[in-house]
Amino acid sequence: MAIAVEMPKMTDTMQEGVLVAWLVEEGSTIAAGDVIAQVETDKATMDVEAYDDGVLLKRVAEEGDALPIGSLIAVLGKAGEDVSDVLKEYDGAPSVVAAPEEVAQAPAVAQEAPKASTDDTGRVKASPLARRMAKDHGLNLGQLAGSGPEGRIIKRDIASALSARPAPTSVRVPGTREYTSVRITQMRKAIARRLAESKFTSPHFYLTVDVAMERCVEARRAINRRQEERGASGISYNDFVTKACATALAQHAAVNSSYDAESGEIRQYGYVDIGIAVALEEGLVTPVVRDADQKSFLEIAAETSALATKARNRQLTPDEMAGSTFTTSNLGMFGIESFTAIINPPNAAILAIGAIRDVPVVENGQVVAGKRMHLTLSCDHRAVDGATGARFLSAVQGYLEEPLTLFV
Amino acid sequence: MATLQLREAIHEAMVEEMDRDANVFLMGEEVADYNGAYKVSEGMLERFGETRVIDTPISENGFAGLGLGAAMNGLRPIIEFMTWNFAFVAMDQIVNNAAKIRYMSGGQFSFPIVFRGPNGAAGQLAATHNTSVEALYSCFPGLKVISISNPDDAKGLLKSAIRDDDPVVFLESEFMYGMRGEVSEAEDYTIPIGKARIAREGDAVTIIGHNKSYWRAMEAAAMLEADGYHAEVIDPRTIRPFDWETVIGSVKKTNRCVVVDESNPFASVAAEVTFQIQHRAFDYLDAPVSRITAKDTPAPYAKNLMAYYLPSAEDVYRACKDVMYVS
Repeated sequence: MAIAVEMPKMTDTMQEGVLVAWLVEEGSTIAAGDVIAQVETDKATMDVEAYDDGVLLKRVAEEGDALPIGSLIAVLGKAGEDVSDVLKEYDGAPSVVAAPEEVAQAPAVAQEAPKASTDDTGRVKASPLARRMAKDHGLNLGQLAGSGPEGRIIKRDIASALSARPAPTSVRVPGTREYTSVRITQMRKAIARRLAESKFTSPHFYLTVDVAMERCVEARRAINRRQEERGASGISYNDFVTKACATALAQHAAVNSSYDAESGEIRQYGYVDIGIAVALEEGLVTPVVRDADQKSFLEIAAETSALATKARNRQLTPDEMAGSTFTTSNLGMFGIESFTAIINPPNAAILAIGAIRDVPVVENGQVVAGKRMHLTLSCDHRAVDGATGARFLSAVQGYLEEPLTLFV
Repeated sequence: MATLQLREAIHEAMVEEMDRDANVFLMGEEVADYNGAYKVSEGMLERFGETRVIDTPISENGFAGLGLGAAMNGLRPIIEFMTWNFAFVAMDQIVNNAAKIRYMSGGQFSFPIVFRGPNGAAGQLAATHNTSVEALYSCFPGLKVISISNPDDAKGLLKSAIRDDDPVVFLESEFMYGMRGEVSEAEDYTIPIGKARIAREGDAVTIIGHNKSYWRAMEAAAMLEADGYHAEVIDPRTIRPFDWETVIGSVKKTNRCVVVDESNPFASVAAEVTFQIQHRAFDYLDAPVSRITAKDTPAPYAKNLMAYYLPSAEDVYRACKDVMYVS
């Protein structure tokens, strides 16, 4: 009998997937392990591999279909084999029937890590066609990873970047009352579900400090000057905040925790994994810097930069986004002075980072030029009380105002 | 459609044109009494007599020049070279006279002449009998160069070549004289010079091949089809003037191209085609244009070395996968 190919469960939280692209035509011969389609899950766009050898007899799912896990997406078999039995078996029973255990155990398949597409001089390697397509569609090649030889960006890289883009909005016509219908992506559904759950179940309260950043500015300048001399990439203010949070979290286990109503416990983590919110055109993701308290500035900077690049290319694996113990969100680059963030569950707190402002400050009775940055901590009151949060935030402030203390 | 051997299709083209026009005649080594070294002119002496089917001494430079003189004076000679390897001694006639005198005389003289014979590799005949000359003659403006891969094109294009008022270099193949294929039975069947043929349509990669290389391209396309990739195969048929429009249109569709050419690689037809594609379709290329040619050495004698020396379908298949970025 012909073999059914089902929508696989590719992440722990996946409930349905959108079949974004078929990579194999009907009638093609495929081998187990061949990538046959791409599926957009709540976390990433992932490759679907065939588990059997055979001829792709029928593509049941159309590109763009959102299907629950376990739904029939294709039928494999011998050339010319009848597919009606398989179709009948799945007819009217699209959801969770067929062997969810087996599917759940199938390993999620991550895309092969892309190579950097720039050479030593920063020139982007791309095929002429890819360059033209990027220009036509206003894509920045510098933000894409290439899958061709030596990291060359080729047609399929542009095509997948374009398919990850939201549909263009229609031109506004004055006087009409029409709207454009934009498909809710899996990522947006996940954002909606998780943040609504967070905001409605965990009682948020907010603490704000204004951090004196003069010493961080000096320290960063010194470090980056040295990095530049060595031809290495520099560190950002965000890396200072990550480092300061990591150091403070290691000492404030109550903030490095989660409130788990189901098990009736508060988990205080013995490690510090910091999620860093990265904005994408179609939403946001939070890749995780593991054991951030054990890492040096340069390690944190390099890792954060690599994760952000992967995030923008939608190449993060679910593993790289799972399991943070604390999260930071930075809108300083947009000139936002301060804001409040929604806690990223199951974290107990999130830190919102504002822009560094040039402001007059009073020092010894004199008004002098100063640099200040607002940090706003959102806490889940079920796990963190006001004083607990305040002590933590004050520690973070202390580290940033005296960054040398981060090096001891 | 009739099924004919390549030699029969060439024979039919010559016979039909000699019936049609009394100015057409055939001259070369062994073409008359012996019925042709490859039996292409079988029975033609009997049919047209010794004034129109003429045996020559072993003197390529002499009878090529004789043909040019006849053409200048209004006849339409077909000059057969037993192989194009022997025509090197006639190059002064072909290159300096045939190709240039119309230009140098301001159009007062033209040469309605066809030089034809087998070209390229022909087995274990060693280096001096295995030369591919299409690139060589294609470098001289004033010559038209045709290289055929099947009986139908051979008949249609040879008839057009005989009727053309300019000198045509018509390249056949010893390996293919016995090859059978369907040939149009349309009355007065001709194929225009300068038109490529899209032999199979596809979207994954464009493969270009003429003469025997066309068959390596088709074999590679079949291998790709088994992998689920639809290759487009183009037989240029005419090397000079080349049908750029068809080739560039195809490459703009597929974004990748492999050129197959059994000549030595340097300054080959493949080299020129590759240049033109990158020049005219640069913004459409997703991979460097690739080519599969003979190795850059004289042809070897040993059978295994000869097989290694020439392009194989497997070579073409691998080059296609490379430019498609699939392994």
